[in-house]
Amino acid sequence: MMQALAMVLRGIGRRVVDGVWRMGVATRFFALTLLYSGQCFRRPGLIVREIFSSGVLSLIIILVSGLFVGMVLGLQGYETLQTYGSEEALGILVALSLVRELGPVVAALLFASRAGSAITAEIGLMKATEQIAAMEMMAVNPVARVVAPRFWGAVISMPFLAAMFSAMGIFGGYLVGVVLIGVDEGSFWSQMQAAVDFREDVLNGVIKSVVFGIAVTAIALFEGYDAPPTAEGVSRATTRTVVTSSLAILGLDFILTAIMFRGV
Amino acid sequence: MQRATIDFWVGVFVVAGIGALLFLALRVGNMGAFDRAETYTVKATFNNVGGLKVRAPVKSAGVVVGRVSAIGFDPELYEASVTLRIDARYRFPVDTTASIMTSGLLGEQYVALEAGGDDRMLAAGDTLRLTQGAVVLENLIGHFIYGRGDADKTNSAAEH
Repeated sequence: MMQALAMVLRGIGRRVVDGVWRMGVATRFFALTLLYSGQCFRRPGLIVREIFSSGVLSLIIILVSGLFVGMVLGLQGYETLQTYGSEEALGILVALSLVRELGPVVAALLFASRAGSAITAEIGLMKATEQIAAMEMMAVNPVARVVAPRFWGAVISMPFLAAMFSAMGIFGGYLVGVVLIGVDEGSFWSQMQAAVDFREDVLNGVIKSVVFGIAVTAIALFEGYDAPPTAEGVSRATTRTVVTSSLAILGLDFILTAIMFRGV
Repeated sequence: MQRATIDFWVGVFVVAGIGALLFLALRVGNMGAFDRAETYTVKATFNNVGGLKVRAPVKSAGVVVGRVSAIGFDPELYEASVTLRIDARYRFPVDTTASIMTSGLLGEQYVALEAGGDDRMLAAGDTLRLTQGAVVLENLIGHFIYGRGDADKTNSAAEH
C-alpha cells in the first residue's frame, strides 16, 4: 500500500522535475539564441533567406484562409445583424473581430503548422544527419549560423502575415457584404472607420502577432534542436511543435486580450 | 534557389506586408484627424456621465470636434470630471453648454457642445460651467410615475 503510494508520488515528482528541467533548458536555449543574434545580423542574407522560407512560402495559405474567414464572417454576421435591422454594422463586426483576434490568432496557428513544423523538421534532420555536429567541428557556432537567422526571419515575417490575413479578411467581408448581399458601401466603410481605433485595435493586433511569432518560433527551434536524432524523434518533435505552439498561442491570446481590452 | 529570386520575393513580401498594415491603419482604422491635429483640453463636471466612455466623440451641431480624453471622479464636488480634448481649429465661447447625449439605437454616448453667446473664448484648461448629465432611465420612469403626485402636491400647496 505504502509502496504503491510512494510509486505514484515518485511518478508525479519525476514528471514535474523533468518538466522544470526542460523549461530551464528551453529558456537557456532561447537566451543563447538572443545572445548570438548579433552575429547573424552581420549577415543579413541569412535572415532574408529565412524570411523567404517561413514568410513568403506561407503567403498562399495565409491569404486564402484570410479571404475565406472574412467571407464567412460577412455571411454569418449579416445573418445575425439583419434580425436587428443593423446590417450597416457589418463592417465593424468584420474589421474588429479580424484586427483584434482572428487575424493574429489564426495567422499564428497557420504559421505554426506551416512554418513552425518545417523549422523543427529541418533542424531535427540537420541534427540527425550530424550536420550540426559537423559545424561545431569546423568551429562554426550552430546557434549563430542556423538557429538565430531562423528565429529572426520568422519573427519578422509574423506581423506582416497577420496584417495581410486581416486585410484579406476585411476584403472578403466587403466582397460578401457589399458586392454580393448589397449592404450600403458608404456605411460599411465609415462605420468601420469610426469604430476601429489605430492604437487600441490595429496596434494591439500587431503586438499580439509579434508575441505569437516569438512564441511559435522559440518553441519550434527548441523542439528541433532538442529532438532525438532518429526518424521517430524528429516526427514526434514536429508534432509537439504544432501542439505546444497552438496551445501557447491560445493561452497567450487570452492573457494579452485580458491586458489590452479590459473594456474601459 | 537564386539569391536574386529570393531577394525579389522577400521584397514583394515586405512591401505587401507594409501595404496591409497601411490599409489597416488608414482605410480600416481612424488614424489621422485628431491624433495628429493640434488640440486643447477643457474640463466639464457632470452630475452623471451614464455610459460615457473615454475616446467617445465630442460633437457640436453633430460634427465631431474632439474626443473625451479622461473621465474621473471629483471627490470635492462629488461629481464626474470629464476632460475633453478639442481640435484647436474650433473655438467655443466660455458659456458653452456641454451635455451628454445618446446616438443611435445601440446607445453610444457622446458629449454635445452648444455654443453660447459670450465674446470671450474658452482657453486650454478652462472648465465648462453649464453642463447637463446623462439621462438615467430609472429616474425618467420615476419622474413619469411620481410626476403626477408631485404636481398634485404643488397644486394643493398653491391652493392653501
